[in-house]
Amino acid sequence: MTAATIAPARKGSGFWGAFARNKGAVIGLAFLTLIVLMAAFADVLYPDSPWDMTAMPFQPPLSEDALLGSDTLGRDIAAGIAHGARVSLLIGLTSTAVAVLIGVFLGAVSGFYGGRVDDLVMRFTELFQTIPNFVLAVVLVAIFTPSLTSIVLAIAIVSWPPLARLARGEFMSLRSREFVHAAVTTGQSNMTIIWRQILPNSLSPIIVSASLMVATAILLESSLSFLGLGDPNLMSWGYMVGAARTVIRQAWWMSFFPGIAILLTVLALNLVGEGLNDALNPKLARKGRS
Amino acid sequence: MTETPLLDVRNLTIDLPRGADRPHAVQDLTFTLEPGEILCVVGESGSGKSMTAHAVLGLLPKAVKVSSGEIRHQGTNVFSLPERDQRALRGGRIAMIFQEPMTALNPLMRVGDQIDEVLCYHTTLDRAARRARVVELLASVGLPEPDHLRRSYPFRLSGGQRQRVMIAMALAVEPDILIADEPTTALDVTTQKQILELIQDIQAKRRMGVMFITHDFGVVAEIAHRVAVMQRGQIVEIGTAEEVLNRPQHPYTRQLIAAVPHLIEHREDFTRARQPVLTAEKVCKTFHLGGGFFTPGRKVVAGDDLSLTIHQGETVGLVGESGSGKSTLGRSIVGLIKPDSGRILFEGVDLLSLSRPAFRPYRRHVQMVFQDPYASLNPRHTVGDIITQGPVAFGEDRHKALEKAKALLKLVGLDASAAERFPHEFSGGQRQRISIARALALEPKLLIADEPVSALDVSVQAQVLDLLEDLRHRLNLSMLFITHDLRIAAQICDTIAVMQKGRIVEIGPAKEVFGNPQHAYTRTLLDAIPGKGWTIPEDVVPVTRRSSALRTSA
Repeated sequence: MTAATIAPARKGSGFWGAFARNKGAVIGLAFLTLIVLMAAFADVLYPDSPWDMTAMPFQPPLSEDALLGSDTLGRDIAAGIAHGARVSLLIGLTSTAVAVLIGVFLGAVSGFYGGRVDDLVMRFTELFQTIPNFVLAVVLVAIFTPSLTSIVLAIAIVSWPPLARLARGEFMSLRSREFVHAAVTTGQSNMTIIWRQILPNSLSPIIVSASLMVATAILLESSLSFLGLGDPNLMSWGYMVGAARTVIRQAWWMSFFPGIAILLTVLALNLVGEGLNDALNPKLARKGRS
Repeated sequence: MTETPLLDVRNLTIDLPRGADRPHAVQDLTFTLEPGEILCVVGESGSGKSMTAHAVLGLLPKAVKVSSGEIRHQGTNVFSLPERDQRALRGGRIAMIFQEPMTALNPLMRVGDQIDEVLCYHTTLDRAARRARVVELLASVGLPEPDHLRRSYPFRLSGGQRQRVMIAMALAVEPDILIADEPTTALDVTTQKQILELIQDIQAKRRMGVMFITHDFGVVAEIAHRVAVMQRGQIVEIGTAEEVLNRPQHPYTRQLIAAVPHLIEHREDFTRARQPVLTAEKVCKTFHLGGGFFTPGRKVVAGDDLSLTIHQGETVGLVGESGSGKSTLGRSIVGLIKPDSGRILFEGVDLLSLSRPAFRPYRRHVQMVFQDPYASLNPRHTVGDIITQGPVAFGEDRHKALEKAKALLKLVGLDASAAERFPHEFSGGQRQRISIARALALEPKLLIADEPVSALDVSVQAQVLDLLEDLRHRLNLSMLFITHDLRIAAQICDTIAVMQKGRIVEIGPAKEVFGNPQHAYTRTLLDAIPGKGWTIPEDVVPVTRRSSALRTSA
């Protein structure tokens, strides 16, 4: 039974079949592709720096030289959104990758060895969980001065604990499975067992929650930039919303379009995450639907 | 019998959804159940026996539909009744007990309330009357202190007690048909015996018709009046118990009966003159369950002063009920569990005193075959990988190991091409063969087999046992064979150790333990073997085992 439920994830057709059955996920994936393309071709679409003044300030949308309007200094909102996509995706992906590395490593060690090690690692994890995420991120960025690296690290540091707990749970349950016992009795080393036997079997839920974490990371980055803690050299959606908040009643478009961009990206990522969940954890998905 | 049958199933065909391994779950099924009769439906997993029971109760999954035929209950076709009457019939006149008593009871409700719920739904009794009835029912299924037990939650009860509660619940509305779907499969032999007696007793008292689904011919011999044998959705043979058990006609029935493990007097050729391979001395292990910083947990003694010797080429059987500590000893020997005290000597070296790196070379000499063929193979690795991982970990060349793995696959009766496939492409029996090949890849001297066949169908069970028997002669293996089934132990073991509550209560040559049991517990176990009174007919016993088919009269 257990094997049958894991099996479909192996075959390409089975995976895509299950993924495509969730219509929202397909729409999300399509939209995400669009955003990635926009980020990749930002230099082609808007060759000038998004910081350059290209139009009169306070131009409403659909005006001649600014499709989505211009901001208080005459910068093109559309250019800002295209270039900001890069920053958002870059920070979202790298910080999630770092968080996955930290979380899975600690969770794996904790779940595999158990006992004292587990106690120690879990108390350490709880230390991070008891501090409000956002406050910690703000403090970290403020201490290390805002830059791309410090933002990525700050977001990673506040987001790994749930992943560590998830990985720990997976490792603990897989640890007592017979195929792991069999690996122990055939003399395989602990590293081999963690890496080759347990990790591949625990990846599905980790991938799913990592995909959702990208969305959270993007939101966190936007919030940091909104507070003026973004990388001062990079145009980002959060910065645009933050900069426009003082003139929101005169020029709604300045905060509206970047806001929509954040909303749609996060929504798309969530939809994709849910689709991945359906495809990778078919047992859970079926339970949810019936 | 001239009266109308209680249950009359005519030409019942149930369709399976497209993409299943066959178009019909059951096909053209016709049988009757008379009042006061126990009809045993026998077959291997996937033969459609449970599907038939579920169809009678309207419990079929949505994707599965009855396409033709009828089920008549005392003359009325169940399918022609309106939904409401069908429901009343199902709860009121036909009751069912399930295989797994833990999942069939609601874990968050007191057992008394669960029975009360049934009464509330199907009768007009008032509160006090229902309460009296609940107590009466619990007493009638032989539960102690029914008034107190009524207020317990299911987790407080043992497996046998839960099954009794299930039966009490089924009897609550005095049904005239009881459908029992493998009700004793999850239970120990001694509990199984009690439950079988209870079902027989109740059935005789109330003249109920019982449809009893099982895969165990021993159980059939114990209780059946009539027997229906199912294979791939069809009844291949139906008749009185006497006919089917002693003069089976259909080849499939004969094949099933031939595969039934039975108590045989064991080979005497084994001589104890050889070297001991493994000696366990005074091994103790206590598990501490639950508890926290301040509260002490519960203690479970899984090993208390266990001593045991396995000689070169000997098969030692470790038998006992669940929780008796059989697996704990097996796992201690392969180093999965560290005992609290005692010594485990392998060729004179105490394995327990060794450090991890010093213990490692010994791992390859002691290998294990696990119980669950579905959980013991990593679903993400190919069979070739699974078998070669051990030798590669001990420094063997990958290509050489793969060549050897292919040879091993042939040795255990699989095709060499199996190495490139994944475990989920194989059946339970084939997986167990892979598991055996993996253990053999390290060329062990001692094989620990922990219930290697208890998850398999009888005929597959017989094949795997034959394979183990064959391998041990060919490779001169010593084996510790852990099982709860004394019939299997009798077939394959030279020496038997009987365990109860963490202690070995009796140990000796198989012939003596089965022929002249000394300890009371051994006698209880032997007495509880279902189908003792039935001798497998001479003409269906396969040639390989016939020579030693002298039964002990327990």
